[in-house]
Amino acid sequence: MSRLVVENLTKRFSMGFLSKRYVDAVKKVSFSVKEREIVSVVGESGSGKTTTAKMILRLIKPTDGRILFEGKDIWKDLKGQEDLKRFRRQVHAIFQDPFASYNPFYPVERTLWQAINLLEKKPSNKSEALEMIKESLFRVGIDPKDILGKYPHQISGGQKQRIMIARCWLLRPLFIVADEPTSMIDASSRGGIIQLLEELREAQGTSIMFITHDLGLAYYVSDNIIVMKDGEIVEQGHPNKVVLEPQHEYSKILVESIPKLYRKLEGL
Amino acid sequence: MKEILLKVENAKAYYKLEKASVKAVDGVSFEIYEDEVVGVVGESGSGKTTLSNLIFMNMIKPLTLIEGKVLLKVNGKYEEISAMSREEVKRKFWGSDITIIPQSAMNALMPTIRMSKYVEHLAQSHSIEPSELIKKAEERFEQVGLKAHWLKRYPFELSGGMRQRAVVAIATLLNPRLLVADEPTSALDVVNQKVLLQVLMDLKRRGIVKSIIFITHDIATIRQIADRMLVMYAGRIAEFSDMEKMLEKPLHPYTQGLFNSVLTPEPEIRKRGITVIPGAPANLINPPSGCRFHPRCPFAMDICKEKEPPLTEPEKGKKVACFLYQEAKS
Repeated sequence: MSRLVVENLTKRFSMGFLSKRYVDAVKKVSFSVKEREIVSVVGESGSGKTTTAKMILRLIKPTDGRILFEGKDIWKDLKGQEDLKRFRRQVHAIFQDPFASYNPFYPVERTLWQAINLLEKKPSNKSEALEMIKESLFRVGIDPKDILGKYPHQISGGQKQRIMIARCWLLRPLFIVADEPTSMIDASSRGGIIQLLEELREAQGTSIMFITHDLGLAYYVSDNIIVMKDGEIVEQGHPNKVVLEPQHEYSKILVESIPKLYRKLEGL
Repeated sequence: MKEILLKVENAKAYYKLEKASVKAVDGVSFEIYEDEVVGVVGESGSGKTTLSNLIFMNMIKPLTLIEGKVLLKVNGKYEEISAMSREEVKRKFWGSDITIIPQSAMNALMPTIRMSKYVEHLAQSHSIEPSELIKKAEERFEQVGLKAHWLKRYPFELSGGMRQRAVVAIATLLNPRLLVADEPTSALDVVNQKVLLQVLMDLKRRGIVKSIIFITHDIATIRQIADRMLVMYAGRIAEFSDMEKMLEKPLHPYTQGLFNSVLTPEPEIRKRGITVIPGAPANLINPPSGCRFHPRCPFAMDICKEKEPPLTEPEKGKKVACFLYQEAKS
């Protein structure tokens, strides 16, 4: 069964007060994500990939179409605080900028304590909760000694992003939306973040949706690539198909103009 | 044998702070030949930008040249520019013999000054008739794929890719033989990146610039145009080899790690998988003893902690500073 089904999703933004203008950020987008599947949504800035992600995260309301998560329409079938809280537990987001995801006035582990509060089965006392936090940090390759009690400016970008993933080990979400999770960190730590997400998938069967403009990353991690352009899906399929034999004009140009390691670009 | 255009001998450039020095370039020797493109790569904070400042003697305190020489070939003679003051080098050689496109230069343009004003400034500081240089700038703009009328525009009217090309055109107006470009493509999208690479290679083919030093952290980009690649780690050269040879078989464990963390849409990459260089980049105030990479190196031996490996040439066209290849030679 598909974990997430998106059908004819459309988002129209209106601008202006007296004379309204409309922008269709997302146009009739349909796709589905299965259990333990990694899907990447690729496209340039303004292609509607982040708007799609925000609708799936239930942050903005779609103009048309529906989003089914575990068989339930997230905009119609979730009723009351309890349903919403469960949805928040099950769907987790990792954002582009680890620097903006933390409140600079609080120690970094605050985000983990907040995750504990979201849990259905809360730990019985504080020391048990602390043990859980420590374990989740070990899982992402951080020694709790290095970060507990520290403030965001005292730790590196890679560590911040790892702590966001540590949250996933606490909450055990079914679905993760990762919006450019590696764009702000050095290439040498990028691999580590990707490996952590892959481990999470192996251990818990999590489905992951990557939002990225990095086709190299998408090609490497995904089971399925969705290429978006001007709010529409222009191509989707297995990475080998989309990247090695692109059909649509836009995906062809995209693949051709990316510098490769083992091939030279033409026309230089 | 090609002529040497620039020679750096055992150069050390530190940021001198009150209590400590940041050893950003620490004992680096290399030469740049005429008619070649050299790529300089490394992690953030490995000393790449400091190296570019060293090359054209842009020493602004606290950056200080501790020792070593920088020799630049000017009119068939080698000038020791490291013995001159920054002002002197600037007056004599900047723009005319050596030029730099600094990191994010395209965003440093003054929004209230027309592009042509920069050309006039350049004319004034080299005592050239401004109208003459403007005419030349118009031609050069066409060569980099910009209409001449953009010269009369304000920087914010140009898109990012156009601005970067305009910067390249103005920086190379006086036909400098050596062009140093610091991360010129990192703020551009892939399509504009390719256009900029084309512009740079075109300038070289026309003989407007002879050699290019291209500083970047993006190996896949530099791979497209470089003849040789210099890998920096913690202020020292880890490896300096012919591009194709390095791609075939990188020698230094750090270079191997860098190559294996590259993700490009190619079947080889999916087959190879992705590896991670463990640990964090070295501290440049108190660099590790011996080989600076040894705390992160999967092949570290006892000697690596004690002695610094010299840069040797175990195979032709491949220079590496690593003890793994020392026996092979002796």
